[in-house]
Amino acid sequence: MSTTLETIQEQIQANPVLLYMKGTPQLPQCGFSAQAVQAVMACGERFAYVNILEHPDIRAELPKYANWPTFPQLWISGELVGGCDIITELAQQGELEPMIKAAVAA
Amino acid sequence: MSMQAHIEAQLAELAPLYLAVENESHQHSKGTDSHFKITLVSEVFAGLLPVKRHQKVYALLAQALNSGVHALALHLYTPEEWQARQQERPDSPGCYGGGH
Repeated sequence: MSTTLETIQEQIQANPVLLYMKGTPQLPQCGFSAQAVQAVMACGERFAYVNILEHPDIRAELPKYANWPTFPQLWISGELVGGCDIITELAQQGELEPMIKAAVAA
Repeated sequence: MSMQAHIEAQLAELAPLYLAVENESHQHSKGTDSHFKITLVSEVFAGLLPVKRHQKVYALLAQALNSGVHALALHLYTPEEWQARQQERPDSPGCYGGGH
């Protein structure tokens, strides 16, 4: 039985593009998660997501591990990229898609 | 002290050249001191990636985030970036009220 922290670390290592969000890409439960997942989906690559509403342990532990208090959180290649504001700004500047494509290709 | 005043006081540490703390809680369903939008312009952000800028602000506002603030929209710029944007910051998305 692995700890929550180990689960988080495994998820982040195993998935080059990983979005922790409230709800699912089809049914986001928060406007900030909705805006973030829309930007990630627009990049056209496969990505992993974790619905933190179904995983209260991850919801409680990840903010401490990430030094980031809120959701959504986008992780690319094992690094925290940011939340909704940063994701949206990267997308608007055309930087999100190359970041995601590079991570998936690596 | 109101939550808004507390946030403004905490952020003074970043020596902001421009600081706007807007209470957007009325757009949401989580109470009157739940959603804030912060626009902050400071030299301390120079050379820092967005994620590091946000972490600086989160560190100063840890107490607020532990006492009922549900969402913070952060727009953090250096003076040069702020000029280049012509001093405009984006609108926040709506909260659907989910998550609790």
